[in-house]
Amino acid sequence: MKGADVNIEGVSKFFGSFQALKNVSLSISKGEFFSLLGPSGCGKTTVLRLIGGFEDPDSGSIAIDGKSVAGLPPDKRRCNTVFQSYALFPHLSVFENVAFPLRIRKVPQQLVREKVMHYLSLVQLEMHAPKKPSQLSGGQRQRVAIARALINEPSILLLDEPLSALDAKLRQHMLMELDTIHDKVGITFIYVTHDQQEALSVSDRIAVMNMGEVLQIGTPRQIYENPATEFVARFIGETNVFNLKIISVDGTKIRGETEGLGSMFVDDETDAKPGEMVLATIRPEKIRISTEIPETNGGRINILHGFVAEPIYSGFQTKYVVQLDTGMLVTVYRQHANWSEGIPDIEWKDEVYLSFSAADMVIVETQGQ
Amino acid sequence: MRKQVGLLYTLPQILWLVVFFAAPLCIIVMYSFLKKGLYGGVELQFSLEAYTAMANPNIVLVTWRTLKISIIATVLTLLIALPCGYSIARSKNQAIRLFLVIVPFWTNFLVRIYAWIAIMGNEGFLNDILRALRLTTESVQFLYNQAAVILVLVYMYLPYAILPLFSTIDKFDFTLLDAARDLGATRFQSYVRVLLPNIKGGLVTAGLFTFVPIFGAYAVPLLIGGKDSYMLGNIIADQLTKTRNWPLASSISMTVTVLTTGLVFLIAMRKPREQKQVFDADPAFLQVAPDGKR
Ligand SMILES: Nc1ncnc2c1ncn2[C@@H]1O[C@H](COP(=O)(O)OP(=O)(O)OP(=O)(O)O)[C@@H](O)[C@H]1O
Ligand SMILES: [Mg+2]
Repeated sequence: MKGADVNIEGVSKFFGSFQALKNVSLSISKGEFFSLLGPSGCGKTTVLRLIGGFEDPDSGSIAIDGKSVAGLPPDKRRCNTVFQSYALFPHLSVFENVAFPLRIRKVPQQLVREKVMHYLSLVQLEMHAPKKPSQLSGGQRQRVAIARALINEPSILLLDEPLSALDAKLRQHMLMELDTIHDKVGITFIYVTHDQQEALSVSDRIAVMNMGEVLQIGTPRQIYENPATEFVARFIGETNVFNLKIISVDGTKIRGETEGLGSMFVDDETDAKPGEMVLATIRPEKIRISTEIPETNGGRINILHGFVAEPIYSGFQTKYVVQLDTGMLVTVYRQHANWSEGIPDIEWKDEVYLSFSAADMVIVETQGQ
Repeated sequence: MRKQVGLLYTLPQILWLVVFFAAPLCIIVMYSFLKKGLYGGVELQFSLEAYTAMANPNIVLVTWRTLKISIIATVLTLLIALPCGYSIARSKNQAIRLFLVIVPFWTNFLVRIYAWIAIMGNEGFLNDILRALRLTTESVQFLYNQAAVILVLVYMYLPYAILPLFSTIDKFDFTLLDAARDLGATRFQSYVRVLLPNIKGGLVTAGLFTFVPIFGAYAVPLLIGGKDSYMLGNIIADQLTKTRNWPLASSISMTVTVLTTGLVFLIAMRKPREQKQVFDADPAFLQVAPDGKR
């Protein structure tokens, strides 16, 4: 395997008296596409700078391929970075930017040419080799930065929000290209983003961070379907959260009560005892919306009643914000897959029933808000 | 309308330049082509004497020496100013440090020269210390040589080099240095290969701001220097006040002016050097489909 694994254990980092990272532990395997996801200022870049060797941890340890990298300067580490702002050298052409690491190592001119053209063709930029970075578009700059970071054949590529400067369409395209490059070069990618969609679509695993803490690590599916905390549930996609007072627990079969809404069924694991309060969440796409009261057939189905406060049409689906009788707002997505079959349209102010299965509900921790 | 307003704003400047710069310059040019008067002043008679007189070996020697001192002092100034400007630009309290750079300007130029004499003179502070430590009994002659002149010139013009260097480095994107380190450059390599090429403009400005005034230096070599450090500025003054050869003083002044402005023009007009053309030898590299795909 060409990649390397990274082990971060109990790392904390202070800037003055401000603690940017709190006891962060991550273990990233060889060749993995690993994402760090979190809101602005949560410490993602700081983690990358620690791995890259630009900052030293105040406590904890970082090991690459099992060897501690403490005190090793950036030029001695086997990782290269695609910086948040690309950091292309403005005084050098695209060719010379990509050739920079080779020039430092005094590689012979013939070999420099071959390698640079190879990596430029990998990112489809051969045509632009003689240009200056200022003459390139945002997407092209980013690809130069990737080619430059790959040419030293690092074991780990650190990418700091490389797509944030691009428009939505180009972003999608570049994301797929990154994925292809990752498959081609087979090295470890550590990818920083605050865009959950980006992280979900390309990562092998994701670490969700907030305020210097890692809240959850898991596959995109685990993170989305089984968020550990309320913050993760709300940050990844949209969700509806109910305050539930536990009435009975029978294995994973939980019955609870929500103020004003009556009893509610949840199928999930919990340590909570009857009488305690928990947070139960349900994703908007897992709720059915109808104008007639749905059949439950004795199943563990929850039914709520309210009216449409806001229908938001967005082509492939309609998002309904439904106001329950208690005044609480619940978000529901309805796909338009079989629109043509004449399902009655639901409009503003319509009285509706919401139904969802207990199995689709997830209990989350309050902390990490 | 707009044009008239613009003219109105620039008019005071134009007047100022004409009265205090262009007119005196014309007078000097004129004087340099006239015959010298018996007791100073000039006679209204065309002559190239002032220029042929410059072939005097003594003047040639001093011109050469002035050039040498100016170059050494400028290079030293830049070498000191570069790390200063860099550390100010990277520091958190830029304002205080910049303030400290500017503080010496509050004291008169001559007073600061005399301060150096008070420190390094034969009866100066430094000699007092040496004697007190019983390292010497006689005074050590620090002053009145070229080294002392260069030292004081560097001191005098350091702020003029630090300020433009600071303002260029302040605009420099320091993540570029991180990027260089990331790509395998040592700290020193990152400065030479990334920082320096990107602050070339500031280096040139700082160099000019020191070289041009040092080339015309007068007070420092007069008060600090000895026989071996007489510079063009001193010869001009001598011709004016002692020898009373005004045309010669004018022709030497003209030489200094032409040399320094020539230098400035050369640097300002210099075309930005094109990137090394990697493709010169092998145009086949560009034989790819127009959309960039092979
Ligand atoms: N050199 C520094 N000095 C002081 N504080 C810093 C420094 N670098 C980062 N911080 C602080 O540490 C926190 C984390 O910063 P970091 O750059 O890691 O955030 P981020 O998650 O990358 O955010 P973004 O998505 O906006 O890039 C921020 O609150 C920031 O203000
Ligand atoms: Mg960041």
